[in-house]
Amino acid sequence: MTVLVGYVPNGHGEAALTAAVDEARRRHESLLVVNMSRDDVLADARRADEEQLARLRRDLDELGLDAEVRRIEEGNDPAEAILGLAAEVQASVLVIGLRHRTPVGKLIMGSVAQRILLDSRCPVLAVKGDAS
Amino acid sequence: MDNLNSLIGGFGDILSPLNLLYALIGVTVGTAVGVLPGIGPAMTVALLLPITYGLDPIQGMILFAGIFYGGMYGGSTTSILLNTPGESSSVVTAIEGNKMAKAGRAAQALATSAIGSFIAGTIGTLGIVFLMPQVVKFAISLGAPEYFAIMLLTFTGVTAVLGASRIRGLAALALGLTIGVVGIDSVTGQQRLTGGIPQLADGIDVVVVAVGIFAVGEGLWVAAHLRRKAGEVIPVGRPWMGKSDWKRSWKPWLRGTALGFPFGALPAGGAEIPTLLSYTAEKKLTKHPEEFGRGAIEGVAGPEAANNASAAGTLVPLLALGLPTNATAAIMLAALQGWGLEPGPLLLTKEPALVWGLIASLFVGNTMLLLLNLPLAPAWAKLLQIPRPYLYAGILFFASMGAYAVNSQPFDLWLLLALGLLGFAMRRFGLPVLPLIVGVILGPLAERKGRQSLQLTGGDINGLLGGPVAWVCYALIVIALGWPLVSGLLRRRRGDSNGGGGDDGDGPDGHLIDPMAQMGRGGNAPGGGF
Repeated sequence: MTVLVGYVPNGHGEAALTAAVDEARRRHESLLVVNMSRDDVLADARRADEEQLARLRRDLDELGLDAEVRRIEEGNDPAEAILGLAAEVQASVLVIGLRHRTPVGKLIMGSVAQRILLDSRCPVLAVKGDAS
Repeated sequence: MDNLNSLIGGFGDILSPLNLLYALIGVTVGTAVGVLPGIGPAMTVALLLPITYGLDPIQGMILFAGIFYGGMYGGSTTSILLNTPGESSSVVTAIEGNKMAKAGRAAQALATSAIGSFIAGTIGTLGIVFLMPQVVKFAISLGAPEYFAIMLLTFTGVTAVLGASRIRGLAALALGLTIGVVGIDSVTGQQRLTGGIPQLADGIDVVVVAVGIFAVGEGLWVAAHLRRKAGEVIPVGRPWMGKSDWKRSWKPWLRGTALGFPFGALPAGGAEIPTLLSYTAEKKLTKHPEEFGRGAIEGVAGPEAANNASAAGTLVPLLALGLPTNATAAIMLAALQGWGLEPGPLLLTKEPALVWGLIASLFVGNTMLLLLNLPLAPAWAKLLQIPRPYLYAGILFFASMGAYAVNSQPFDLWLLLALGLLGFAMRRFGLPVLPLIVGVILGPLAERKGRQSLQLTGGDINGLLGGPVAWVCYALIVIALGWPLVSGLLRRRRGDSNGGGGDDGDGPDGHLIDPMAQMGRGGNAPGGGF
């Protein structure tokens, strides 16, 4: 069993990661950090670069956690990719960051978080963070 | 001073709210398509062609010129931030620009390219003001044989001088000329290459060809290569430059302008060669050679100025002679024909308001572009986060609508699909698109001039030789086509084992100055490929 956290390189992602670290310690489980970037866009703001991922690995090592950092680069649906991974590793809990979306924005763009909340088979811990 | 008076008259003509609105739409759309790799000004102008037939010619040309200039600005943003050139003209910008961005100097790179583009665009447009009427004066005395020779020289220029492979260039030109020949022959009334299909008797409309090759071909190509890892977004603040950046940029700007303008005006044009030359020159002249390869500002300032100056240069032969030297200009020429205007030296005397209004709009558009690009570069970069299937679905929709709108016949849609497949195959096999489009648009004009010359002499082949201008053109053609063969032979005689096959310069560095690979595929950057 493992704690799975969806990481994005901004305040929401950091908040989710902090909560996930706490959760992994509390449950005495391993931590799997995943960063998803879509492959049908030319640039994705949610893609963490290699440096950021290396820094994450180092920080998690220093904390003494049994942690793995993974990157998903294929597919164009982050919700599906993360739910698939959760099923694959049999995650005990899924941690995601939430951000505020206007109803219109949600209507047009859809909401990854909402789809994860609705479709996940394991419990989801949703964390609100600061975007900056 | 006559020119300046006419120019001021041109400003008077275009400074109406509606014309300014068209200029603003043009530069905005131009910047957007410039930012997006694979979607360029040529495709956009082709897509908008059917819509603009309903506009006033001056408004249509203002719109197109805005798109053309805007594409040059937008392309650099993508080059710098993503290491993928947004346009073929900003391939070279990516080399140093992206290094600068990675080193945290994205703001300065964007600033030097926007300000350099503005300066080069302004000087280049002034160049049009002074040079174009001179060219017209010279060209007005030319007869049909001379024109025929100049057009042949243009064909040679766009096929043999540009691009990595002459054979591919000539193949693309042959395809274009063949498409241009379809229809009823204007002299004898015979049907040519129509295959008995009545819809082909009027010829294939340029809109269908351009939209098929550029939009549908590119759409299919991208669909075949859709999956690609996303790039990282490099955070940029508002572009600005420090004192030392200004000091290091102003000379490359001026040198780039001086290189770009004449290359744009020549039929060997396109912005690819001058940008590369400017980059090499800056690399040699710089006082900071150690920075080249690690993000030198000169390597961004020079090529960016060169590509805008060459865009201005392109308009000289287009307006003065009716000769297109790049794909966008070729489609603008088709637009002029669509409005029933005859491009050529008489355009300036017959439609002075159009020509001078267009040039005045370039100054206005250039200023708008500086204001649009300097503070808003980070916002433009957000366009890269649009999922590509949405973009290309929209493009294909507009392409089909445009192709259908020309004649309102479903047959054109099948033609569009066939030409789209041709465009896809050309990208697949590395055939350049420019010779094809120039062949389609300029081919029928060249044929008419050639036959006029023959009719004047009653079919005597000497009629084609004409005067000294034609002789010079033919000599240049022979040199351009024959030189690689001769140099290949010489090399072989010297026993240089690397020199074999000199007529096909498909060298390893050939792809850098190979405009077709970049024009069609956009993302084929050095180091930034699929």
